[in-house]
Amino acid sequence: MALLTISDLSLGYDSRIIVEGLNFTVNEGDYLCIVGENGSGKSTLMRTLLHLQEPLGGQIRMGDGLAKNEIGYLPQQNAIQKDFPASVREVVLSGCQARCGWHPFYSREQKKLAMDNMRRMGIDNLARRCYSELSGGQQQRVLLARALCATQRILLLDEPVTGLDPKVTMEMYDCIANLNREGVTIIMISHDIAAAVQYASHILHIGSSVFFGTKEDYLASPEGRLFLPQDGQEQLERATEGGDAK
Amino acid sequence: MIDKLALYLQYSFVQYALIVGMLIALCSALLGVTLVLKRFSFIGDGLSHVAFATMAIAAVLNLSNNMYLVMPLTILCAVILFRTKTKARGDAVLAMLSVTALAFGYLFMNIFSSSSNVSGDVCSTLFGSTSILTLKKEDVILCAALSVVVVVVFILFYNKIFAVTFDEDFAKAAGTRVNCYNLVISVVIAVIIVLAMNLVGSLLISALVIFPALTAMRIFRSFLSVTVCAAIVSVFCALLGMLVSITMGTPVGSTIVAVDAIVYALTVCVTAVVGGRR
Ligand SMILES: Nc1ncnc2c1ncn2[C@@H]1O[C@H](COP(=O)(O)OP(=O)(O)OP(=O)(O)O)[C@@H](O)[C@H]1O
Ligand SMILES: [Mg+2]
Repeated sequence: MALLTISDLSLGYDSRIIVEGLNFTVNEGDYLCIVGENGSGKSTLMRTLLHLQEPLGGQIRMGDGLAKNEIGYLPQQNAIQKDFPASVREVVLSGCQARCGWHPFYSREQKKLAMDNMRRMGIDNLARRCYSELSGGQQQRVLLARALCATQRILLLDEPVTGLDPKVTMEMYDCIANLNREGVTIIMISHDIAAAVQYASHILHIGSSVFFGTKEDYLASPEGRLFLPQDGQEQLERATEGGDAK
Repeated sequence: MIDKLALYLQYSFVQYALIVGMLIALCSALLGVTLVLKRFSFIGDGLSHVAFATMAIAAVLNLSNNMYLVMPLTILCAVILFRTKTKARGDAVLAMLSVTALAFGYLFMNIFSSSSNVSGDVCSTLFGSTSILTLKKEDVILCAALSVVVVVVFILFYNKIFAVTFDEDFAKAAGTRVNCYNLVISVVIAVIIVLAMNLVGSLLISALVIFPALTAMRIFRSFLSVTVCAAIVSVFCALLGMLVSITMGTPVGSTIVAVDAIVYALTVCVTAVVGGRR
């Protein structure tokens, strides 16, 4: 049984449908990239998967014992307000909140989990710094560590590399790829199609036409051709080489 | 002047007043940080006007203790306000509600009041009693008990309040009972507003809620330190304000708010000069 099974899903706001007839599945260990133009409804899809808004039709089924709250989330930037006084440690710890239930305080294991995740993301030396004073790349790592405190199973990332410089972007991709290798299922929204086909195992393209399949199929599909006009073939070769090495 | 103060401080009713004042200041500062960060500063203002209107109704009905009417009605309004906040034009609704409450409150008091000194009554509800020393003993006990409850609730819910304030969507996605905690926050805010009306009056409550939080946010950069600092600043300002008001005979609410404002201004200057980590 798949982690997530989406059947005939329609999304939108106040009965205005933006995307309809979505069908796809996400299995344990998959790395799914969601691509599409601005305003095509990628963030809306993610919010619907997170149950932050109701689907206008269709179904989201969860399998493999995945609970509703076992989804980690990295919001699209600017979702968090500027100059909020919060230290990195406080932010990462807040990821454990859902594990607390009615307990008022964090347990020792939860504090250790937060510490471990900060180390995993290489931000343990920033623990006492103020979140809003960090660079964009550091902030993304903090939010990733927070998401990992909420769950180890599946992460939803909304444009995690937007606004980062090329070097930090590469580090971020490596970081996410590492997590995926460790068994975390990844669903990522990205405008960086080249990176998407390099790292992802599956691609979901939404917009005027919808495509879902493995990245190899995507590169051969009309949607993929449109986005990768010349070097699609080359990308495919590189991507499959990467796959073999793994 | 010191002698005069020492003399006053011997009276138990003065001590009561000081304790109640400090407790209220503590509570309002704790929740003030959340209100400011959630961009809800005006909710305090709107609610205080609602509380004013309900107080007017209570006065008209000649209730012996108006708390029993004012408290539930204000809590009800707070809950409704926090519910509707996501809808567009939340601020306009709030502004409308707050002036409507004010107008009807004043109207009721004028038309129905049996008191000979209507404008005096209105003035003291708006700006706080001219002397906090007129508090009745049962008011003092009720105030103290409610303040303790508020502080305990705040400590128990501290981590949840942080999660909900910092990133509501994430908290919700991770399965936190966001609506429940928002409800807790709104109820506590309403309780604080009603309590603080005794101290500073309904027009000045916002100051009590906002100033300490803003002062603390100038100095510190983590949620815990900001909260603790806001609480300390608020209690200090309230104490200083009340002592000044007792010795100089100034109205207690406006004196406390004046101290708050001065402390904020000083903090801005000092952090600017030190090149503070703004
Ligand atoms: N809160 C909202 N209420 C109504 N419509 C909305 C709301 N948020 C977004 N929309 C609309 O939904 C559509 C999809 O928005 P969405 O944010 O999902 O796009 P996106 O694919 O994430 O775009 P981007 O690449 O710019 O992030 C847009 O046309 C937008 O105008
Ligand atoms: Mg988006």
